[in-house]
Formats: sequence, C-alpha cells, structure tokens
Amino acid sequence: MTTTMTTRERLAIGRVRMPELAATVRSSNFEEVNRGLGSDDALREAQRCIQCKNRQCVEGCPVGVSIPEFIGRVAENDLAGAARILRYDNALPAVCGRVCPQETQCEAKCVRGIKGEAVAIGYLERFVADWAMENAIQLGMEKPPPPTGKRIAIAGCGPAGLTAAGELARLGHGVVIFEALHDTGGVLRYGIPEFRLPKAIIDAEVDRLRAMDVEIECNVIIGKTLTLAQLRQKFDAVFIANGAGLPTMLNIPGENLKGVYSANEYLTRINLMGAGRRAEAATPIIKGRNVAVIGGGNTAMDCVRTARRLGAERAMIIYRRSEAEMPARVEEIKHAKEEGVEFLMLTAPVAILSENDGWVAALRCRHMELGEPDASGRRKPVPVEGTEYDIPADVVVNAVGTGANPLLTATAPDLALNKWGNIVADESGLTNLAGVFAGGDIVRGGATVILAMGDGKQAAAAISAFLVS
Amino acid sequence: MFEVVSNDILAPSLHRMVVRAPRVAASRKPGQFVIVRSAPEEERIPLTIGDADNAVGTITLFVQAIGASTRTIVATPVGGFLRDVAGPLGLPTHIEQWGRVACIGGGVGTAVLYPLAKALAEAGNDVTTIIGGRADAFIILKHELSAISKEVLITTEDGSMGRKGFVTAALADLMADPATCPQAVFAIGPVPMMRAVTELTRPQGITTIVSLNPIMIDGTGMCGGCRVLVEGEPRFACVDGPEFDGHKVDFENLFDRLSTYRSHEAANCRLNRQVQP
Repeated sequence: MTTTMTTRERLAIGRVRMPELAATVRSSNFEEVNRGLGSDDALREAQRCIQCKNRQCVEGCPVGVSIPEFIGRVAENDLAGAARILRYDNALPAVCGRVCPQETQCEAKCVRGIKGEAVAIGYLERFVADWAMENAIQLGMEKPPPPTGKRIAIAGCGPAGLTAAGELARLGHGVVIFEALHDTGGVLRYGIPEFRLPKAIIDAEVDRLRAMDVEIECNVIIGKTLTLAQLRQKFDAVFIANGAGLPTMLNIPGENLKGVYSANEYLTRINLMGAGRRAEAATPIIKGRNVAVIGGGNTAMDCVRTARRLGAERAMIIYRRSEAEMPARVEEIKHAKEEGVEFLMLTAPVAILSENDGWVAALRCRHMELGEPDASGRRKPVPVEGTEYDIPADVVVNAVGTGANPLLTATAPDLALNKWGNIVADESGLTNLAGVFAGGDIVRGGATVILAMGDGKQAAAAISAFLVS
Repeated sequence: MFEVVSNDILAPSLHRMVVRAPRVAASRKPGQFVIVRSAPEEERIPLTIGDADNAVGTITLFVQAIGASTRTIVATPVGGFLRDVAGPLGLPTHIEQWGRVACIGGGVGTAVLYPLAKALAEAGNDVTTIIGGRADAFIILKHELSAISKEVLITTEDGSMGRKGFVTAALADLMADPATCPQAVFAIGPVPMMRAVTELTRPQGITTIVSLNPIMIDGTGMCGGCRVLVEGEPRFACVDGPEFDGHKVDFENLFDRLSTYRSHEAANCRLNRQVQP
C-alpha cells in the first residue's frame, strides 16, 4: 500500500503530535510525560518521509542511524525490519528516541522542514525501540560473531561507555565496563529524571548489552580502585568515558548555606537514590516550597521540573540571558512552562541570603541586559546597576555546569589533558597513549547524551581497527 | 557483594567490621575511605578504612550506628553481605617525619585515627596518643594504640576512665612543656573537639591536621555536597580531603551543614519505632 504512495500524498500528511500526560496530572508525579506514538500514528508519520536519495538526516545524526531505511520499514509496517536496522546503528535507541535533541540534529536537516514540519524522526525511533523491547522474541538474538580474543576495558557506564561496549561486543571483542557508582547508566540514571527517561528503559538497554556478554562491574573507580596503568596491563585497549566531574561553583556569597544544592547532588539524590520519589528510600532531600534553579540548560530544566514534582509552589528558572539564548531543548522549556515553572529571564544571582539560621531564605538577583555577542556567539549579558532584588527561596539549585572529572587523570600523569583538565583525543577518540581512547564529557566538557554516544561509536571503530592491525 | 568476615561491638553502637574487598585492600592507603551501601534503598555512607590485610583481601571498617543506614550496616551478620563497597576514595594522609606528634581521637574518630597514628609511628615519629570519650565504655582501641604510641592519655567527660574532662586539657599539658610539646597534631573526632584542638594550637602555630566528615553522596567529586570552606574557598572533602589544615577550616559552617538532615533522620527514626513492635 505505502509503496504506491506518491510524494504528493506523503506531503499532504501533517506531522503527528506526541501524546502527553496532562500537565496538571504530571506535575505532581514522576511518570513519563511523553506517552509514545500508537501504531497507526507511527505508520502515518513514517509515510511522511519522502525517502530522499541524498540522506541529509543521517548526516545530522552523531551515530549515523540509517534513518530513511528504518522509517521506510515502519511505513511498510515491517517493525521487526525497522528494529534490526535501528539497533544495528544505535546501541541505545530507546534512550535516544527520548532524550536526543532531534530538532537540532536529524530533524533540522529533514527536507520536509524547509516548507513545513520535519518528519518526527525521534518519535519514530522511540516507537520502534519500544516495540522491539516488547517484542524481543520476534526479533530473535543477534548472531554472536566469533570471539576475537581481544579484551577492552571501558571506564564509565554512561552513554559513551555503553555505546562503545555494544559496538565492540558485536565485533566479537570481550568488553568489561567499570562503573564508579553502584548502578549502571551513568548520567542516564543519576542525571535524567524518570519523567523523561524511565529507569526501566535503561535497565532494558543494559540487559541487552549483558546478553551480548558485556561484563559490567559496579563500585570500581578507575584512578582509585584500579589505575589506568593496571587496565593497560590487563586489557588490549582502554576506552575512558568517565563523564563530567566537579560541579562549577557560582562563587557568590551564601553558597554553603543549607538548602543549596549543585544540580548533580539534587538530581543524584532523587534519581539515583530515590529521595522524595520512593517512600522506602533512606536518602533525604530538602523539598522546598520556593525553589530557584540557576541555569538555562537541560539540566536546569530537569531540576526545576523535579522541584515541581516534589511539591514546590514556586519553581523558578533564573537565567542571565533571554529565552532565545537558552541551551535547553525547546520541548523541555515548553513542558516546564506547562507544568507551572516560572521563567525569570535576564536575571543573575548575586548572593544567597539566610536569616542567620544557616538555611537559605532568599536569592538576591539583579537584572541583566544583552550586549555584544561573546565568544559563544550569543549576546553577552551585562548587569543593570541598581536593579538588585530578593526572591524568597528555601532551596537553590546551581545548574550552571560541571568541570572535568579529576579522579582518573590524577593517577595517570602521562595522559595529555587540556587546560580545563579534559582529556585530549583526536576525532577517533585516540589519546596520546597507545591503545587508550576517550570520549564523552571527559573529552568534550558538558555535552549531550548523543554526542557522547557518537564518541563511543567512533572510538569502538578505531579500537577495533587498532586491535586487528 | 562484599562479605562480612567479622563484626564486633567495640563500644555502645560502635562496631568493628572486617569486610572482604580485595581490590580496595590492595590499593588503599592510610586516611582513605570507602562508600558503603548495605542494601538497595539505603544511603551511601562514607567510612574510613581503619586497616587492611592485602594478603587475605579484607578491609576493617569502624561503624557508629547513628542513623537508619548505619544501623543497617552494623546489623549485617558475619557471613552476610554489604551490597556495595566502593573505594578507596579521598587523598591518603600526608605522612612525614615531624618528630613529636600528638594524635587525638574522640569517639569513633579514634578508629579513624588508628591507621594514621600507625603510619606516623612507622615513619619514625614519636607518637603520643590522646583518646577522649563520654565515659569508659566509649574509649576504644586503647591496646592497639598503646602498641604504637610512646604514651596513651585518656580523658573521659565523667571521669570513669583516665582524666576527667576533655582531650584539650591533656593536649594543653603536653604543649606547656617544651620537652613534650608536639611539632604536629592530628585530631579526628566530633567537630566541636576538632575545633577546640585547632583553637588551642593556633596561637603557637602548631601544624594541626583534621579529618572531616561532611555529608557525601558519590564520594568521587561529582555532587559537591561535601564541600567545606578552607581559607574561605569551597573544597570537596571527597577529592581534596578528607584531611585538611585545621587552622584553615571553617568548622562552624561544617557543623551547620552536618545538621541539614537531622530533623529528617529524627522523623524517620520515630517512624521506625512506630512500625516496630
């Protein structure tokens, strides 16, 4: 049926809308906001793809998913075929379908976006990945390749490490992932909240890698429990993907008051440890009635939407530029607004105040205006003198960013770092040490899940080439 | 999973636990700690590694049961398992030959002090140890510390063992005599004790190292919850510490931050008592 559709017919179909949990319902629970497409909607959306010869969308994808091909299978209702294509290119499709910024990557390149709306590639990716999870039997097991006898150690079980592990295992290499925390997933688990990425999805993706004989050892901190030198002795190659590290401090008065959290601490308590989310979790969290989150990225959105769900009456984003400059995904900003989050734009924190009891009482801010573009190309925020005012707050979350993780690099003196402490690696992920590759936030500084995954995929190819040479 | 090899009660609610953790035993140095999570849903608790036996792959932990999660840890029987033990974390103690050193332990801090005092003695220092506690039942590791110290002085608040009063009185006596005045002081215990010791040594400028115990989650520098003010600058106890120059530490801020969840814990404890028969 679909194969006989004309381009004109395809162009006549409007972009599907993602079904969402109502804002009034979801702002008090941690259930996933985006519910996923139904089969009919997915099929129809897939038919919107005009199957261009020149696959711009694939170029927009850091892991190079064969987008027109998998969407073509969906349009033909061959979901098993679509799933095989998708999984071949992407180790974590159910994750990417949920958290990738498709609007700036694959979908930004979609030709249908020129005169209208791009094909909802992300929604379709999620649809196929979720279908594949529920129908694993129909897909069958991927045929394991003959073992190469080579063994690779991966430091870090986040998106870069998991992706590299999947790629390497599929090529027949032995893989051991060492994870510092007590559970898998890295930032996918401690950072991204349940309402954007359910933990069950991470569990399922990780289980699939384990079924491919990827070994995962938690509670092992490379640089402390084992050193890079030890890994190099015991393994044929090493991939370092241990992520971002120390939170960047605001360096304003009052930062050590009780009730001030870094985004990492706030999210880790709630996402990894279950604070405020599960009655049986022993880890506490200060919930706060007035919560001010400083920053404009996806992490800031995750924090402020979490604060709403923990019962904050006022959950506020404090951002020094305007909404147009916010690095957060458009969808996150939209969802946050629907959930009652207040956006205080062109506002910068000056001090965190207390009533002399050690607890946060208010955030002193001042207004900003936009000046000339700075190094990032965005207009630089400039303080407007005499505009200081106090916002009542009992919890303040600093979501301005993180620096490089120092634990591994501190005990690996030969490894080349840049001036920020990030590992220096070429496009393939190779560091200055033979057989040692690196990717994700430890190389890039703060970036996205998909860029980390792209690094993992690139590095896996380079590692495999290195091992057979 | 990490097997509990032994579990003894040293003092009221203070346990000495030997745990099988071969990788940690092989890589740890004095002054470092592990993060322990006894079971799913429990908190991640930082615990100093008291000792290690690399030959059999075990580490010794001293655990004071003060909250819900530490009570679950000490309740793990011999042959039972702790779900997660991650480490060694933090920087090792900087050991050098000072000459005369005073090692001061208060409560469970005495257990943290032990590996440090042992390393200082092994490095050729002349170690005088002062152990303080509320009463005789809380004085721990007297024999172990005697074996490595020139002298062990004991103070108790109620006078039930040794001198009645605080560790600072014993230290003041040492400092008053040029023949016994220490060149360096290591103080590990409750925040008020460490603060009092640093105030006592400050006028004479005696190097005073303290080991800090702020609230932690990951222990790897990721969350920043353990930040303490050292010379007014935020430092992370998990990666920059846990030992710092006591004269530069803002103890008031540390003490205050430690109280963050106390009300929360108290509420939980009440709840536990209500559900237990």
